[in-house]
Amino acid sequence: MHKFKKKTKSDPEIPTASLPDIIFMLLFFFMVTTVLRETTINVQQRIPRATELRKLQRKSLVSYLYMGQPQNISMFGDEPKIQANDVFIEVNDVIMWVEKEKAKLDEVEKDQITIAFKVDEKVKMGLISDVQMQLRKANARKLMYSTPQRADE
Amino acid sequence: MARSKRGTPTINSSSMADIAFLLLIFFLVTTTIANDKGLTLQLPPHPDEVDQEDVKIPERNIFKILINSSDKLLVENEPMENSKLIREMVKEFVLNNGVNPKLSDSPLKAIVSIKTNRGTSYAKFIEIYNEVQGAYYDMYADRAGVNNKRWREIASKTSDPDNKRIYLEARMDFPMQISIAEPNN
Repeated sequence: MHKFKKKTKSDPEIPTASLPDIIFMLLFFFMVTTVLRETTINVQQRIPRATELRKLQRKSLVSYLYMGQPQNISMFGDEPKIQANDVFIEVNDVIMWVEKEKAKLDEVEKDQITIAFKVDEKVKMGLISDVQMQLRKANARKLMYSTPQRADE
Repeated sequence: MARSKRGTPTINSSSMADIAFLLLIFFLVTTTIANDKGLTLQLPPHPDEVDQEDVKIPERNIFKILINSSDKLLVENEPMENSKLIREMVKEFVLNNGVNPKLSDSPLKAIVSIKTNRGTSYAKFIEIYNEVQGAYYDMYADRAGVNNKRWREIASKTSDPDNKRIYLEARMDFPMQISIAEPNN
């Protein structure tokens, strides 16, 4: 019987000392790769996918315009609307909005402003072309149709 | 002296992981991964700012794509079902260099025109525009001796002098002329 008694060792334990390091690493990864969501999007956003994407050179020059059917149909109707910085705007207000966005940039960068469209797939080209005409008027002619990557490539 | 001989003091760090987890979950919930990719486009100046001048462009130098309000395609006056075929057609059209009398004179003169209806869906337009841009990117990539994906990386980062040189060389006498016409009713 004496032989068996020898087996009493210290109880096994997984060392958890490095756990905080691992979690911190994950934390820093997410802190670096993500940006805080700035605006609440009030329009439907099922954006069509594409394959031939290009990256924007400088993110600070980009202003986003969202278009789609409002989420709250009972309040805003089911016609597609344009959203810019948390508010719905009309087609005619686009020029003013562009001027406001341009005012945020440095003098030398004003011409380089890029407008990124985030448009729902159901929106008709009529609205898009009206907005584009306003952008041409406002002399903000760099445009990007923001789309996610399509998987097949 | 014997009194000071104790074990080295340690801070209990077992709750550190919990704190870090809490922060991690906070950032996971409140953030979205930055997505700043898309199809690029340069709009022409406003029609009032430029002198309207009717320029006659020979029929052969325009590749016409029409999309109607029910998202049906008409490519070079022929109805078409499969939009994937457009890519090869555009390449053939641009790289013709005057061989086929129905296709373009040279890449310099070739224009791809996309005309939609006001009722065309954005999804269909993006699908077609993607194919046409893809065709041009394929041709540029061929000229630069890289693949399509690498070409788009180069074109997106022209601040690098090497990239800029490759970019300008490939685009020399080979402009990307995609015209997006005013939609009709």
